[in-house]
Order: sequence, then C-alpha cells, then structure tokens
Amino acid sequence: MAERQGRVKMPAQPASERVRNFNEVNLGFDAELARQEALRCIQCKKPLCIQGCPVRVKIPEFIQLIVDGDFMGAARTIKETNNLPAICGRVCPQEEQCEKVCILGKRFEPVAIGRLERFAADWELRQGVEPPRLPERRPGKVAVVGAGPAGLTCAGDLALRGYEVTIFEALHAPGGVLIYGIPEFRLPKAIVKAEVDYVLSLGVKLETNVIIGRTLTVDDLFLEGYDAVFLGTGAGLPKFMNIPGENLNGVYSANEWLTRTNLMKAYQFPEWDTPVRAGQRVAVVGGGNVAMDAVRCALRLGAEEATIVYRRSRQEMPARAEEVDHAEHEGVQFKFLCNPTRILGNDRGWVTGIECIRMELGEPDASGRRRPVEVQGSEFVLDVDTVVMALGTNPNPIVVQTTPGLTAHRWGGLVVDEAGLTSKEAVWAGGDAVTGSATVILAMGAGKTAAEAIMKYLEGKYQA
Amino acid sequence: MYKITTKQVLTPVTKLMTVEAPLVARKAEPGQFVIVRVSGSGERIPLTIADFDRGAGTITLVFQEVGYTTRLLGTKEEGDSILDVVGPLGVPAELMSQGRVVCVGGGVGVAPVYPKAKALHEAGVEVISIIGARSYDLLIMEDMMRAVSRQLYVCTDDGSFGYHGFVSGKLQELLASGEQFDEVIAVGPLPMMRATVEVTRPLGIKTLVSLNPIMVDGTGMCGACRVTVGGKTKFCCVDGPMFDGHQVDFAEAIRRSQMYLEEEKTALHRCGCQGGDA
Repeated sequence: MAERQGRVKMPAQPASERVRNFNEVNLGFDAELARQEALRCIQCKKPLCIQGCPVRVKIPEFIQLIVDGDFMGAARTIKETNNLPAICGRVCPQEEQCEKVCILGKRFEPVAIGRLERFAADWELRQGVEPPRLPERRPGKVAVVGAGPAGLTCAGDLALRGYEVTIFEALHAPGGVLIYGIPEFRLPKAIVKAEVDYVLSLGVKLETNVIIGRTLTVDDLFLEGYDAVFLGTGAGLPKFMNIPGENLNGVYSANEWLTRTNLMKAYQFPEWDTPVRAGQRVAVVGGGNVAMDAVRCALRLGAEEATIVYRRSRQEMPARAEEVDHAEHEGVQFKFLCNPTRILGNDRGWVTGIECIRMELGEPDASGRRRPVEVQGSEFVLDVDTVVMALGTNPNPIVVQTTPGLTAHRWGGLVVDEAGLTSKEAVWAGGDAVTGSATVILAMGAGKTAAEAIMKYLEGKYQA
Repeated sequence: MYKITTKQVLTPVTKLMTVEAPLVARKAEPGQFVIVRVSGSGERIPLTIADFDRGAGTITLVFQEVGYTTRLLGTKEEGDSILDVVGPLGVPAELMSQGRVVCVGGGVGVAPVYPKAKALHEAGVEVISIIGARSYDLLIMEDMMRAVSRQLYVCTDDGSFGYHGFVSGKLQELLASGEQFDEVIAVGPLPMMRATVEVTRPLGIKTLVSLNPIMVDGTGMCGACRVTVGGKTKFCCVDGPMFDGHQVDFAEAIRRSQMYLEEEKTALHRCGCQGGDA
C-alpha cells in the first residue's frame, strides 16, 4: 500500500509569516487529513505503541475510531488514560515514545500518532467537552501541590475515581510550565485553559497564590484534614554556567525569558505591563526544547539575529527534531561545538558580546554522548546584546526546606520509590521536582503512577 | 481577590494599605514579602510586608508610587480588591534577642525596617532608630517607629526637620560619639544602604540589608532577582531578601535595578502619568 509510506504533512504557517507572530505554527489536520493518516495504521495485534506511551493511551483503538469517523469517540478513548490530550498531542516527544516503536516506522515513517491525538482532542474541544459521569465520592481527601502537567494528571485521575482533590498553585494561574514556559506558538494558552477546565470539571478544586512551604506547609495540609499529598512542584532555580558576566544587564535565564514572554505576555507590552528586553542580536545557550522555545521567541520579539550556542554537535541536541527544523526554517542560526567562556559588557553594564571557545567531540561520557573537549586557543566573540541561558533547572528548595522528613538528593531532586512515594508518609512526588528538567509527558506519567498508589493507600486507610 | 480594608496616604507619593490575606498573615514574619498583581494584564511586583495582624487576618503594605504598577495600586481605595497577593515569601529575618541594634530606614525603606524594629523591641532588644527622607513631608511612619524604639532620630536631606543630612551621616555621627551597637539593620534605596554599610565596615559592625530587586515569579523559578553576595550569585527571593550588607555587590545591584528604565517610561507614558521619583 503506497499510501503507507509517507505520513500526511502537517499544515503549518509559512516560516516567513509565523516568525512575525506568536500564533500557533502547526495548524492541525482537518477531518480528511486525519482519516488519511489514520488509515496508515495497520492495527497491530500486539501494539508496541501503547507500551511506548508513559500514560498508556489506547492508540490503535482511537486511531480506528478516527478511521470510522467517530472523532468524539476517539477523544473519549484517549481521555480514558490521558486527561490532557490536546496538550500532549502538541508537546509530547512522540518520536522518542509511541512513534519510535511503531512497526510502520521500520520500513516507512511511523504513524503520526501525536498529530492524530491532537486532531481528536481539538475536535472534542470544538464540539464542547462533556465531562464524564463521576463515580460516587469515596472517602479520602488529597492535596496536590502544583497545577502543572504532573499535578493536573494526578488530580484528574483521583477525581475520576471519586476522591476529593484540591490543587494548590503558587502562581496566579494554573498550568505550570504549560503556561509560563511553552510559548503560545507551540501550545496556545486557550488549549491549556480548556484542558485545565476539563480537570476542574471533574470536581477538582484549585487554590492559586498558595506556596506550599510558605503560605501553608505540607504538615499544615495534614492538619487541615488531607489524607495524602502529591508534590508536583516542578522546575526551580535556573542553572547558570558560573562564567564572568552572567549578571550583566541583558542576561536572562530561559525561565525568566519565557515567563516574561508567555505567562506575563511581554510580547504584548505595553498593552500588558511586563516588559522583556529582546535586543537585536540574541544568543541562546543550550540545545534542548527550552532553548528552541527561547530562540524562536527572540525572533518573534523582533531580534534581527538569533543564535543557538551549543557545546556539542547537532546530533547530540536533546531538542525534538521538529523544533530544531522549525527553528532553522525561521532563520535561527546554530553555533555547534561552541561553549561560552565569558559574557562581555560595556561600561554601563549591558551585554555587548559572548566569548566562546570551540569544542571537539571526545570519548562518550556517562550520558552515552561524546564528551565535548575545548580546542585550546580557539576563543572567538559573538556580537550580541542579549544572552539567554537555557541550561536546565534545579528543583525548587522551598518544600524540602520546610518539610521535616522529606529527603532530597544532593542536587535537590526529591527521593522517591518507583510509585513516587517520598521518604515522608503519605507524601508522593513526581515530575521535574523528582527528575530535574524533563518532559511534560514524563511528568504526567509520574502523576498517574502516584495517583494509582494514592488510591491504593486511601482504600487501605478507609477499609481498616 | 484580596480586599483592601484600610488605606492611608502617608505622603504625596507613599501609601499604606491593610489587605485581607489571612493565610499570609498567619505565617508572615519580619523580613518577608509578598508578590502582588493588581490587574489581569499586570506585572508581578514584590512588596515588603510592613506589618501583619494574625487575628484580623490582614497584612500591611506600604509602597511608593515609583512606576506604573505602584501608581495603579495607589488608585485602589478601601473596599477595592487586589487581584493577587501571594506569600509570605523570602527567608524570615534572623533577629537578635538581646543587645543594642540600630534600625536605619531611608525613604519608603522605613516600612520594611518597621516589622524588624518591632520584633526586636518586643524581644527586649534596645532599638535605636534612624529614619529619613528627602524632606520632612515625605517622611513616613515616624510615630510607629518611635513606639518601638528606645531612641528615634529623624533625618532630612533638605534639613526641613531633625538632622540635616543622610541617615548614614547620622549613624556615622553616633558611632563617632562613641555609641556602641551590636548590629545594624538598614533598609532603603540602594545608594542609602551602600552608604550605610560603608559607615559600619571599618568598625566591623554586622550590618544587614534588605534587597528589593526586580522579580517575576518571586518563588525561586525565574532568576531575575539574582544578586552577588560574597562573590557568589544568590537568588534574592529564596536566599534573601536580607543579606550581610558588607558582602553585597551594590554597584551590580544598582545597575540591575535600572534594567527596564526605558520600558517603565513607556508604561508611564501610556497611562498618562509621570513617574514619581521622590
């Protein structure tokens, strides 16, 4: 079957246009394109794709429903195991998960599972989502800390099973990295809002402006009658390189750069009150998805030149291939095998350049990637007025510092068992707070695993 | 929504508001701050908790109208609400329980120094306070400070009342006259804190300052608030806001505080108001 060979192309805004706006780049399949792509699935008897999904979406089943034209049914099937399908369809690294193990991928391109998931979820959002009928309330009250991917998933799963759940969020709005980190052009905030609203429609309560560890402690939550706590506190302090010049004006962490731009809508300054100093020539240091988001924001904020500085080569970049391609088409420049050695400033303390040293790849390191080694005497200066450090984050220290009995690794991540249970009784954790910077879907998987364990715990507690 | 229960106009550019925020009031300690967002399209700005009443469930905010957001906040009246108030943030001040401490407050910095002076006073510490402003009509919280101080010195830059000169000058004078202090706490504009730590540095008197850098989330995520203390980068929102003043790189802090001066002008121009830089 010839049509199995190549996947259906995703309609997208042309690069020359999209680079001047924050609207979504990928436009999504229409019904016809979705059915064409769905027809490529060979409906394996033992589908590997489900094993490749951290939340075990029933992939062949929902794809068959798309073939049958039952798009609402497809969405509902996805939602049996995934509360945030329109988000996952957009930001999951499917090529590393479900699509990586797709049988079709051995000979042709794998089925575009993520795009089909997005199609079904968007279809349902457009038609209007009907919340499922909820089971009877079960005894047990759970506090979820953080309204990001891990917390929303954990809360949604618990609510679907009849438990009383309250999410405590430190920021003024729910979504976590989905609203402060991932830009509008990759994940529209209206989509995040719709899926958060779905979780809330399951009966989950949301308290914004509450920082667990400061406004209330974990122990306060137990005193207030919660039986269990899930910590999905997410990313914390941004990492810097500890090179000279990092505190010059014009140096941002990716977290700050993206939070100003996305959560605080700095791209709409002065209609929105928060500014960001975009500059004319922006260097983004790092090679992950966050670096790609940051550099693509730079172009949309009006930078003439935006450059990725990465110490390894293109092959080792942890960013999704699609994001790298999009960035490249939009005119982002890449300086591979370059590592910053210092940031230069003028006498008023503003960035004027970034000095880098060329690297070459040596022996593989602990991550299996070839270790970059400096080429002596190869320093050069890139003329830039803005530098964004996208080097990952360390977990937020507030909860650990204020919760007796909670153990963290030396680097800050919470110590948990395979079900997400921490060293403190009745406290589970998952997402970046445990793993350090990782993906939305891994955080969701951790939220799901912890929800299962919490349900078992509550059943045991209230049976006795 | 966080209701404003009282509002006082302290000076033409400084306002005091008592705000219903029971959870914040229950946990607040001297030295901590809140992040406030006034409108749906608004900035997140840090404001020090100047006082708190756990029983009434209220916190007191004192702010100077220096930019767009503080001006907007200043237009709110009793009975109005603030959209978002989150806290208490930052590490509570480690205060002495005995001895003799000077509390120095400059300009709107008198507000953040007040809860520390009050807590020290209640703990039995002898509090000597030096507060100042450009002019006497811009001085705030004089009576409140007097109530928690063994001795209160008022300074004005223009000599309109009290000591004619800066608060750091008054401190210098007291030290020169042989007064002995165990610790100095100084809060105010960065140049004032820098001048104060230079007065105490030669004498080796421990001097705590409270920094108020630009913040976005205020919870330890964005890193906007980084300051260099003792040669190391610190995040003011989770490591501070109080630091050993002799270790702080004030030149850098001043430079970083000016990062958005241009944008601030744009925002003020848009709202048709001029920045009060008093």
